[in-house]
Amino acid sequence: MKANHKLGTYIRRLVFALMILGLTPTLTLAQPSADTTPPSDAATRGLEIVVEADRRDTGFGDLTAEMTMILRNRHGEESTREIRNRTKEVDGDGDKTLIIFDEPRDIKGTAFLNYTHAVGPDEQWLYLPALKRVKRIASNNKSGPFMGSEFAYEDISSQEVEKYTYTYLRDEVLDGVDHFVIERYPVDENSGYTRQVAWYDQAAYRLQKIDFYDRKDDLLKTLTYHDYQQYLDHYWRADRMEMVNHQTGKSTTLLWSNYEFQVGLTDRDFDKNSLKRAR
Amino acid sequence: MKRTRLFTLIALVALLMLPARIVAQELSGYVTAETRAFPSGPLAGEQHKSTGSMVFEPEWYYAWDRGDQTITFVPFLRLDLGDAARTHFDIRELYWQKAARSWEMKAGFAKVFWGVTESQHLVDIINQTDLVEQPDGEDKLGQPMVNFTWIKNWGVVDVFVLPWFRERTFPGRQGRLRGPLPVDTDQADVDRRLDLAARWSHTLGDFDIGVAHFYGTSREPRLLPGLDEAARPVLIPRYDVIHQTSLDVQYTTGAWLWKLETITRSGQDDRFLALTGGFEYTFSNIRNSGIDLGLLTEYLYDGRDKVAFGGRRLSPVPFEDDVFFGARLAFNDVQSTDVLGGVIIDRDTGASAVRVEAHRRLRDQWTADLEFGGFLNTSDEDQLYGLRRDSYLQLGVSYHF
Repeated sequence: MKANHKLGTYIRRLVFALMILGLTPTLTLAQPSADTTPPSDAATRGLEIVVEADRRDTGFGDLTAEMTMILRNRHGEESTREIRNRTKEVDGDGDKTLIIFDEPRDIKGTAFLNYTHAVGPDEQWLYLPALKRVKRIASNNKSGPFMGSEFAYEDISSQEVEKYTYTYLRDEVLDGVDHFVIERYPVDENSGYTRQVAWYDQAAYRLQKIDFYDRKDDLLKTLTYHDYQQYLDHYWRADRMEMVNHQTGKSTTLLWSNYEFQVGLTDRDFDKNSLKRAR
Repeated sequence: MKRTRLFTLIALVALLMLPARIVAQELSGYVTAETRAFPSGPLAGEQHKSTGSMVFEPEWYYAWDRGDQTITFVPFLRLDLGDAARTHFDIRELYWQKAARSWEMKAGFAKVFWGVTESQHLVDIINQTDLVEQPDGEDKLGQPMVNFTWIKNWGVVDVFVLPWFRERTFPGRQGRLRGPLPVDTDQADVDRRLDLAARWSHTLGDFDIGVAHFYGTSREPRLLPGLDEAARPVLIPRYDVIHQTSLDVQYTTGAWLWKLETITRSGQDDRFLALTGGFEYTFSNIRNSGIDLGLLTEYLYDGRDKVAFGGRRLSPVPFEDDVFFGARLAFNDVQSTDVLGGVIIDRDTGASAVRVEAHRRLRDQWTADLEFGGFLNTSDEDQLYGLRRDSYLQLGVSYHF
């Protein structure tokens, strides 16, 4: 059953991508040399790499994990957040995510439910434990900071292929490892970025680095992924992510731990009643 | 009060006998120290000028059965220096809950919130208001209940059986924010019965909808003039049995939230309709500063019969034909600083109730809250007139554990 879903999603995404590019179903699989790639082939190649990276991560079903977020200002002063995360893949659409805050203690029990949609706005609800109130919130705030950190909402939400268009730039050796370098352009006009440059390692198609360019096309932030671990002999997850804001000197570290895959989560674990019971 | 203490004792004993395979066990909560200053002298000499108080609210939480069964216990205590009636103890929560694939069940003292609007919460009927806490009525007393929830793909159905009606708390004779006549809760007249409520709620695309019905003792009393044992004029709360049907809807699109709450109630004099409706628009991440500004507007209407009051006929509620303007400023900074401000203005008299609240985390486990409440431009044709000397400034510091 799972294989059919994976294949179905992959094919659906590929067809969607082809429709966007207006191409017939003959793909060039040759690796073009970097600087002489004609534009339309660069777009094809870019999308192809991203679709492959996405295919390799599809099918994990569901996962739970814990995250520690360390916020650092330009003086090096630190502030910590502890968060628990549960995520479930949705066949043919973006993931469902439930985030529960454990620290700081004054927001303990606050929870956030997000239904990511590949096309169109996400659906989001916030649970306020002091009032026992579930509030549906506007989901158009993509560019604002998540919990005062250097990660914007669009940075931490489930990355769907359809949320960007792509151009293959070049192959590059970074830290002694071969990478593909892709430029991607957010589709959503509420995005805070004009473009991003992403490095995928060629060995396993894992994201290793992203440069973010702001609305003035100046380099704003760089995100690097560290300490990748493999789960279920297939899915790669980084234990550590570092986001550095070059313009303000602030940075945020995300430390992930206790990853558990295929725990058996259902849609029931991502409804408003489960949001109210979230601990 | 006696029953509250009995339940607490039962809870403590039950906690000692809990099943061994506990998945999670947590103690958390907060302690707050607050001071409230009233710049104007009070209407009556017996009312205090300024006051200080402390709040304790710990929370014990136990989960077992892979998190599907939980027990939560939240006692609450406020000690107030200025008003003896404001010193009070409550069981905010003391309930067992079980969650299954398509249903959930809860039994004990709990709190349930219904609603979508900001200026007032018309449809939020399950819990009694702990009015002595704050004049805006956002604080609630724990409500004993048995609640069964069915989760279907056409919506969620909640059924409530609500034994033990709880009376509203009011400031005492020495208290402020009480109007010219104090409420004599000792003489409260309650039509008791077993209260029942049911609600259907669902999300349909961009709409979140709830339809509910309540049959039982009204949480909101009628305040009738009377005399206390020393023959001083007081208001006596009368709680009637009512039928209340309500609708709450929110439509979410882009940066807009459109909200409506409306109720129709019978059993307190003639049937009447009340509604609160409006919108909220948010400017997100203004000029990449991280700051969000939300602007809110709501209209408040209450159609109930006017009552005789000081020689004229007035609506017994303050917001019978009023407009609310509010703003919500979230800095989204490391300290989670935010400021909320709002004013409710009577369309006839221009009498205004203002409220501004600021909140900020000071360091890891400490937060501060600053609040201003004002009653401005009041006239004797409005219920707010009795609060004209009770504008206040409040500062609180809380420790969270």
